Amino acid sequence: MTSEATNNPPAARSYWSITWRRFRGHRLGMVGLCVVAALFLVSFLAPMLANEQPLLCRFDGSFYYPAVIDLIHQVPGSKLIIQKQRPYRLATFDFKREFNPERGDWALWTPMRYGPREIAAEPLAGPSRRHLLGTDQSGRDVLSRMVHGTVVSMKVGFLSMGIAVILGLVLGCIAGYAGGIPDLVISRFIEIVMCFPPFFLILAVLAWFPPSIENVMIVIGLTRWVGIARFARGEILRIRETDYALAARSLGVRPAQLVLRHLLPNAMAPVLVSVTFGIAVSILIEAGLSWLGFGVQPPDPSWGTILRSGYENLFTAGHMIPPACVAIFLAVLSFNLVGDTLRDVIDPRLQAERG
Amino acid sequence: MLNYILRRLATGLVTLFGISVISFFIIQLVPGDPAQLQTSQIADAAVSERVYQQLRELYGLDKPIPVQYWNWVSKLAAFDLGSSFHDGRRVSAKIGEALWPTLSVALLSFMLTLLISTPIGIYSALKQGGGFDRSVSTGLYMLYSVPNYVAGMLLILYLGVKWDLLPFRGMRSDGFDDMTTLGQMWDLAQHYVLITFCFTFGNLAYYSRFIRQNLLEVVRQDYVRTARAKGLGERSVVLKHAFTNSLIPLISLIGLTFPFVLSGSVILEYMFNWPGLGRLYFESVLQRDYPTIMALNFITALLVLGITFIADLTYGLVDPRITYDK
Repeated sequence: MTSEATNNPPAARSYWSITWRRFRGHRLGMVGLCVVAALFLVSFLAPMLANEQPLLCRFDGSFYYPAVIDLIHQVPGSKLIIQKQRPYRLATFDFKREFNPERGDWALWTPMRYGPREIAAEPLAGPSRRHLLGTDQSGRDVLSRMVHGTVVSMKVGFLSMGIAVILGLVLGCIAGYAGGIPDLVISRFIEIVMCFPPFFLILAVLAWFPPSIENVMIVIGLTRWVGIARFARGEILRIRETDYALAARSLGVRPAQLVLRHLLPNAMAPVLVSVTFGIAVSILIEAGLSWLGFGVQPPDPSWGTILRSGYENLFTAGHMIPPACVAIFLAVLSFNLVGDTLRDVIDPRLQAERG
Repeated sequence: MLNYILRRLATGLVTLFGISVISFFIIQLVPGDPAQLQTSQIADAAVSERVYQQLRELYGLDKPIPVQYWNWVSKLAAFDLGSSFHDGRRVSAKIGEALWPTLSVALLSFMLTLLISTPIGIYSALKQGGGFDRSVSTGLYMLYSVPNYVAGMLLILYLGVKWDLLPFRGMRSDGFDDMTTLGQMWDLAQHYVLITFCFTFGNLAYYSRFIRQNLLEVVRQDYVRTARAKGLGERSVVLKHAFTNSLIPLISLIGLTFPFVLSGSVILEYMFNWPGLGRLYFESVLQRDYPTIMALNFITALLVLGITFIADLTYGLVDPRITYDK
């Protein structure tokens, strides 16, 4: 950070605000960040983007807003507080069939008016004006399934890395700071786990549990913490010897506080880079597992299952393959771009070398 | 040097023990067993129970887990991997059959990667920041972000199905045995094209960038300046003095990427119906074939351990600046 400090001596900005300023200078990184933000937005707003029930409607004299409630229901536990009104709550209720304009019914639809599980048309129909990406083998709208598949990918990407980060940081910090026997045990364990191809481990564990995205998340998280732990350990080892760590120690700061307040925040930047790449890998693994039949199960949408139904109907319905491929590619590319830019941006030494 | 080798071997033994423990317990600790799976189809409860108990005895599943582990390890020490629970064949035979399809694709793709990425890397380093450097690195970066199974699906869809140019199921066409030798070779070669491409293209960006980066670093070294100062031509300086030395870090890169070569193959091999290790692993997992899963886990981890060890040693041999004795 010395180079930055000498460049702008008067403005004392925080490390992260400096990093953000540098990040904004990278065009490709910003493009990646925008795509990530867009994917995030799509997955958050999915029920209001593609839904078989309308955003707002007048039905038999009263107003309803079922799609909005679907959005709220994405928050865990919200079902206890707010429920859909009477007819919409029923699984058998089909608004599209009951819809009767002569009675004064009207509806404000979501941009895509088909739900991800709704059987909307002929099976395996090619792209048309009503179904822009066609339909799958059960006649479900592929575009709607793509939108809702984003939710799965983002959830698995972020949550599985969340698990990996927590595990990795805790074990990495213990190994790096405590040294001695804990370090020996943890380092050896990391070394052993790293010998196994990650996908083998994930498959071996996942095969015995009922397939669901929760299990996929947990297993990916449990197998991917090792890289982060090794990273964190190395960083803590390095920072532990710096002058400011020594200063804090000589002031009598307790070990736990030293690690949490002084060492860890300074080790976060490189960890963040590997987390960004890790999210891309997790999304990739999830889609692959779903493709193999170990992840999200058929009626539920995911990019991997869409790809799988395309593979199973290669000769009759290739139209499902390109959209899913593009989505996976875009997600991986954008997270990689963000990760690469972050790596360039957070390491002041690299910046000095280049300039 | 000997001291270092002995120390590494000693820690390697501990790691090896850990590998065997994990290979064994990762599937023992989870619910369900193969005997249960095989008897679940029998309708008569009493018969089912009796067969179940017999199968458990046959597979040795009735013994306590530490005893099972000991039996497995002692057989392993005699290079006996046991028999498959699924079809009763020797696990070593099953793995032996699957080894070549995986290994041949891996080697082929590795050679292709080096053949393509080396010239790109050298040229980009020489014309650093130029039009070629930037456009190629951007293009390869995009390719690097295309997951290999995504590329596989697209290639199958377009080259395999829509335009019907290349085969994409298995290693051989129907009627392979009736073909002439030349015809068989042509058929095999065609089947290799798509899967080898899928394994190769993603590495190109990584390797060419790696070679470029290392060459740039080496070019700044004193001995390169010396070579230039004594009047050697640019060609000789770059190819003989700089490039050969820039290859050293490649050794560790190979060691690092090896596990992914083996495991990245599960989806691709399944997709291309390729009779390799990845597909064998996937099928064994579906069949709950304990001995095959354990053997594959153990062998791949062992290979990874061995290859990193060899990579570290070679590193010392080719780079005299590295000393292993403290």
